[in-house]
Amino acid sequence: MAVPDTAVAPATPAPPAAATRRRRPSRPDAAYWLYLLPGAVLFLLVIGGPLVYTGYLSLTRWSGVGDPSFIGLDNYRNLLHDDVFWTSFQNTVAMIVAMVLLPTLIGLVLAAALFDTIGRRFRPRTAAALRAAFYLPQVLPVVVAGIVWGWILRPDGAFNGLLDAVGLGALRHDWLGDPDTALPVVMAVMIWVQIGYPVVVFMAALERVDPELYEAAEIDGAGWWHRFRAITLAQIRPETFVVGLTCTIAAMKVFGPIYALTRGGPENATNVPSYFAYYTFFKKLHVGYGSAISMVLTLIIVVISVLFIRAQNRAERRDRGI
Amino acid sequence: MAVTLTPPARARRVPDRHHRGVTRWIVLALVTAAALAMLVPFAFMLLNAFKSPGDYSTNGPLSWPSEFYTKGLRTYWEQVDFPVKLWNSTLIAGSVAVLAVLVSLFNAYALGVGRVRGRLWIIGLFLLANMLPQESLIYPLYHFAKEAGLYNTRLAVIIIFTVIQSAFGTYLLASVLGTFPRTLLEAAALDGAGKWRILWRVVLPNLRPTLSVLLVFFFIWTWNEFLIPLVMLIDNQTQTVPVALASLQGDRLMDAPTTNAGSLLSLVPAILFFLIFQRTLARGITAGAEK
Repeated sequence: MAVPDTAVAPATPAPPAAATRRRRPSRPDAAYWLYLLPGAVLFLLVIGGPLVYTGYLSLTRWSGVGDPSFIGLDNYRNLLHDDVFWTSFQNTVAMIVAMVLLPTLIGLVLAAALFDTIGRRFRPRTAAALRAAFYLPQVLPVVVAGIVWGWILRPDGAFNGLLDAVGLGALRHDWLGDPDTALPVVMAVMIWVQIGYPVVVFMAALERVDPELYEAAEIDGAGWWHRFRAITLAQIRPETFVVGLTCTIAAMKVFGPIYALTRGGPENATNVPSYFAYYTFFKKLHVGYGSAISMVLTLIIVVISVLFIRAQNRAERRDRGI
Repeated sequence: MAVTLTPPARARRVPDRHHRGVTRWIVLALVTAAALAMLVPFAFMLLNAFKSPGDYSTNGPLSWPSEFYTKGLRTYWEQVDFPVKLWNSTLIAGSVAVLAVLVSLFNAYALGVGRVRGRLWIIGLFLLANMLPQESLIYPLYHFAKEAGLYNTRLAVIIIFTVIQSAFGTYLLASVLGTFPRTLLEAAALDGAGKWRILWRVVLPNLRPTLSVLLVFFFIWTWNEFLIPLVMLIDNQTQTVPVALASLQGDRLMDAPTTNAGSLLSLVPAILFFLIFQRTLARGITAGAEK
């Protein structure tokens, strides 16, 4: 939203080149490089340099002291035979289901209900208050939320207490301690964490949609589902792309909730690449191996992002073409 | 922005038709129930933050506290020296917010207004930096910080997050400034203003709404960060609010009521920010999604 705020007027074409050239005979943009200098130095120091160094370390064996010894692609070869590595990436798929797929679907329905029915047939204030409840977990430190959930799901925690209270005491369980239930339970917590983001973005997107479209469709006798599919989904596709991309990246990077809830356990049932890398770096002190895990994760994220952005551009071009 | 565009069209209300009468109440009830379900964990936490450990073990997590017990809160407050943690988090998040906005502004000025050569590549680089998992940077950062004597200092964390947040800020602001009205810049240049003056007198005032959104987001994001503070800050004097709670997790001293009391204390600042900045946040998320 802030983007159009500043665009007071459409950018006008450049002034006659002659005028500019007379005033500034040297290359006009040279002085701007100075403004980029502090940012560029910091960037190289904190992001560029370390990334390259991690890439180098992934080709070495190193415990963090002494000199790394170069071993070529051995770490990567070992990764291919490492069950934990494959499990962690399988769990990433589960995280994508829990942090992208389900929140987007549920978020679409909730946003449509909040905007369409509650915002318009009741008061917009009501819709805003309900939206806040969904969004709240998004602004909290996710580790703290994870710790609260970790306690709720403990054997003596509130969830089992709740089961007792409603007469389902037979279902009491160590939810996070059992390899069979840990992953689904972590996924449920991640839906809770993530749901607010699509709700807020989609509600804002719906404000953009011309209400007359809905009115016209309604007059034509289109039902709710039909209007939802033909108008809502079509109109807010750009936002769906953005939500899909940002949430996918977030799902592949997820660390804090896993740290707080399960530390990747039990028996790696909830391990994810970022926790696996952290553990390999700082608990097992296999820095080279940890670097290889990180580089694979980085590569996958970059490739998926590029594919996403390409797909979006293609869709946009197709829309303009029609 | 979008809000101001829609009301005229919406003012002309569609008259409620047939099924709408009952359906809307059902929808309201369902969505309200879902919203309340979102808040249930907080209710559980509140209920047990004011319970004594004995009360918890005899009456379980769902009972009403038999007395208004605040010792859990006090224990956690003193045990982790909570005011120090609050100050650390505030110092780190505050410095990062201001510095990262400044760096983003400078970068974006060169890229969006200055249109320096190769800017598309540079913007692409910043975009890429946004996607990187922090694991791909953490070990070298940890190692270099140790070598430079910055390990376990708040300064190290401030520098790191200034860069990480400004990667996003640069990307966002560069696209905003790419559409900055050239006429304004040229008018100022004709009046004899140099680049420095144009940045502060022309660009900055026009960008203020966007910058304030960024400031709030950088503050909250940095406040909530976990991995890098966890690795970089290892003692009581330097740790942040979330790291302090996480490093006590699983500790023998942390019985269920103390865990809840600690979580409650750790969530209060974030909930306050949420209430204070709600509008800014809603505006910002949308801005992020619009690019």
